[in-house]
Amino acid sequence: MSDAIVTRKPKSRIIPAPAAASSSLLYSGPDWNFETLGRIFDAVRDIGENEMGLDTYRTQIEVITSEQMLDAYSSVGMPLFYKHWSFGKDFARNQMMYNKGWQGLAYEIVINSDPCICYIMEENSATMQTLVLAHAAMGHNHFFKNNYVFKQWTDASGIADYLSFAKSYIAKCEERYGIEAVERLIDAAHALQSHGIHRYPGKRSMDLRSEQIREQERRAHGEALFNDLWRTVPQGKGKKPMSKKKSDEERRKAILRLPEENLLYFLEKTAPKLQGWQREILRIVRLIAQYFYPQRQTKMMNEGCACYTHHRIMTRLHEKGQIDDGAFLEFLHSHTSVVMQPDFDDRRFSGINPYALGFAMMQDIERIALTPMDEDREWFPDIAGNGDAYGTLREVWANFRDESVISQYLSPHVIRKMGLFQLVDDHDEDEMEVAAIHDERGYRNVRRALARQYDVARRDADIQIVDVDLTGDRRLELRHHVLDGVTLEEKDADRVLQHLADLWGYEVRLVESDDETVYAEHKAEPMRPFA
Amino acid sequence: MNIIDRRRDPGGKSLANRQRFIRRARALVRRAVREASAKRSIKDVEKGGDIVVPADGVREPTLRRGSVGGSREHVLPGNKKYVEGDTIARPEDEDGGGGASADGEGEDDFRFALSDEEFLDLFLEDLELPDLAKRQVMGVEESQPVRAGYRSSGPPAALSVARTMRNSLSRRIALGRPKPEEMAALEAEIEKLDDEGGHDEKVAELREELARKNRRMRLVPFIDPFDVRYRRFDQVPRPVARAVMFCLMDVSGSMDEHMKDLAKRFYSLLYLFLKRRYKRVDVVFIRHTHEAKEVDEDTFFHSRESGGTVVSTALEEMARIVQDRYPANQWNIYSAQASDGDNLPMDNQNTIALLKTAILPLCQYYAYLEVGHAKDDGGGEASSLWRAYELVASSDERMAMRKVSHRRDIYPVFRELFEAKPGVAA
Repeated sequence: MSDAIVTRKPKSRIIPAPAAASSSLLYSGPDWNFETLGRIFDAVRDIGENEMGLDTYRTQIEVITSEQMLDAYSSVGMPLFYKHWSFGKDFARNQMMYNKGWQGLAYEIVINSDPCICYIMEENSATMQTLVLAHAAMGHNHFFKNNYVFKQWTDASGIADYLSFAKSYIAKCEERYGIEAVERLIDAAHALQSHGIHRYPGKRSMDLRSEQIREQERRAHGEALFNDLWRTVPQGKGKKPMSKKKSDEERRKAILRLPEENLLYFLEKTAPKLQGWQREILRIVRLIAQYFYPQRQTKMMNEGCACYTHHRIMTRLHEKGQIDDGAFLEFLHSHTSVVMQPDFDDRRFSGINPYALGFAMMQDIERIALTPMDEDREWFPDIAGNGDAYGTLREVWANFRDESVISQYLSPHVIRKMGLFQLVDDHDEDEMEVAAIHDERGYRNVRRALARQYDVARRDADIQIVDVDLTGDRRLELRHHVLDGVTLEEKDADRVLQHLADLWGYEVRLVESDDETVYAEHKAEPMRPFA
Repeated sequence: MNIIDRRRDPGGKSLANRQRFIRRARALVRRAVREASAKRSIKDVEKGGDIVVPADGVREPTLRRGSVGGSREHVLPGNKKYVEGDTIARPEDEDGGGGASADGEGEDDFRFALSDEEFLDLFLEDLELPDLAKRQVMGVEESQPVRAGYRSSGPPAALSVARTMRNSLSRRIALGRPKPEEMAALEAEIEKLDDEGGHDEKVAELREELARKNRRMRLVPFIDPFDVRYRRFDQVPRPVARAVMFCLMDVSGSMDEHMKDLAKRFYSLLYLFLKRRYKRVDVVFIRHTHEAKEVDEDTFFHSRESGGTVVSTALEEMARIVQDRYPANQWNIYSAQASDGDNLPMDNQNTIALLKTAILPLCQYYAYLEVGHAKDDGGGEASSLWRAYELVASSDERMAMRKVSHRRDIYPVFRELFEAKPGVAA
């Protein structure tokens, strides 16, 4: 959730701005104070809410120093987080990178909470603060509040309280059971974090009232369909009763609700040896991972939304004469460096820049809505030329995530503009093959491939707990459903499996296979089981 | 919308995590620190700096898809010349042109920076001063309040009247508080005019002015809480535990540059170590040939003398200096002697006697370092001084002696000398 842009020299300390001149300029020069900040925010919000129709959480702006920004980095931006050495590791690395000048700091960090907290750096110039407020306090904030994945999975008003609970709970556990024991547990939990996520909203358990209503509906349905004739139809033999062994297996899988892809959830509920506090800590790690899951699914869109929003707002501010030409040029300078996409053969290339792709797509949707070409009318008949760019975009921001928005709205125009092409790298072949490029035959393939690339569920290895015989040897059976022949990173997999075995308390086996081939098998015995 | 200024919040929120990380990687970091310090020049040994630890020890494993094998597809930007069906040679270093580089292996080593403090802590970890008795007697931490400017809150006793009145005066002038003399003059004039009579208009005017001034006087108080200043004191620790370190070295012709370098390294380590333990450490350099002299550091290490070698002169000089400047009941005295082992044979008896009766009773610790060349290792017999010292060292635990012939041995030898002995509480 942050813009990694090159940092600049600290600006001078805050000096009260000269009383705003008769002109409507919000500020002049790079200096700002809290009053300026308030004025800027009001102007930005005016455009965001009244012109673009954005709907945001309340905003809380927190001004921090660069040291505090470094601190915030290492706890994923959260104001409070439980303590663990791995955060210290990130901090040590960031600190060094920053001190050596190898890496700039983000201008802001924004947190999906209600009120939405925006950290902004004191070193930013007034123009940068305007940009940052438009980007984070308007763009990201609107996205957090309205996008369906966030709505479904995160509770913005509860997160701060939950984190503070988690922090104090873990601190208490450390006091009681020793730092070492807790740390080892968190190590294990972190290792499984990526597979501690519910990917689908589960079945809600019903309350009595809705159960009753359902029962009534079912009966009414039965009565409506009642036909006495069915009684006279001779009954078949029915299916052959399954062998006892088979049905036992079915039964026990059903009781444990296997297969289960949320490993942490399964351990929390089922691991035979864990104690109460250990289950609670697994739960904390799992819930926090779940909270961040939407951000992974919508990284590109979220940035696209924020970049589009700040671009519109800054442009409007300039048009309305609220910022001067110099400020606008300063904004354009940092904007272009944020949304820059190096080509694949460029030295700076490190994957597709989510800011660049997101911004390009959002601008493209605006173009399709306002000034479509024939091609667009053919590809996007429902939005082409509808004349309501903001409305269309709000719709898109609310109802899609990265993978779906690409498969729905990546237009040939953007594919051409960015020169996207699909490359197939089959390990059995000597060379890689260009499978599709930006031509009539390639558009759909490129689009589909890019959507797959952004599909989080596809990027993460599909690993499930398939079986365990709690009354027998209690060996936990896992399966990695191998996709396209890509197996797990072996060393890491073995280490994680060791953690898993320690948590489970008995042997653990992971089989990597697809429908035809078994690729690998990993096993681990508990070495220092948690108990 | 709220704006909150967090800049004054206490920093260092990540410090606890950072310390946990260092503790976690302690063994690795310690090894890295020792390796790094071996490469550094002696002057920089106490500086922090970059430390590289193998990533293996601090890895956070996850279940992720590997970076080799299988069939992958990438969508890449910036196509210039490819058409469908073209083939491209696989880049050698990376997989498939970077699409999967983000989750590739990439972390062979983990590099980060240690602060000076952290570096030294690890560098001198587990080392303990051999004789803590005296230090414990004198090592009571004392602090002393020292004036450090003014502040706006504090106990009444620390009220600074002069500063408060100065603020009050400037505020009164700035806000135009009428002076009592002015008021008195005004009142006198009104009375006078009243008595004379016939100046009703003027009197009314003056009365109005008087009322205004009275109002002003009430509004602008003589002393506002805003003016009050208190003296501010900082607690500054007073050096109580202090040590003096005597560096004794033979500078006769037989000591060459290599030997001096070894000695210098050893002294530096000792100095660093003492500096960590004592607030104040004095260093006295005594060089000797057949006569001894106290010199400054530069001369000590760099100038050459010619002459015979009589160790006892140095000991005498040291005893004299202790007598003059460092009373043994107020100072912790450490001594390190470096020599190539030569001594005038007839002086040995004298040296031992001095050491036993005069020097060792004064010292916390006396280290003798015999420097030599690698080729001498193992061969030849012990030097005359070594043999003589052995007699003393075996019966007195305040004395220790070691031989060093290579730079890389200095640190291990030093550690050996100061290793925390089991049973000695740190």
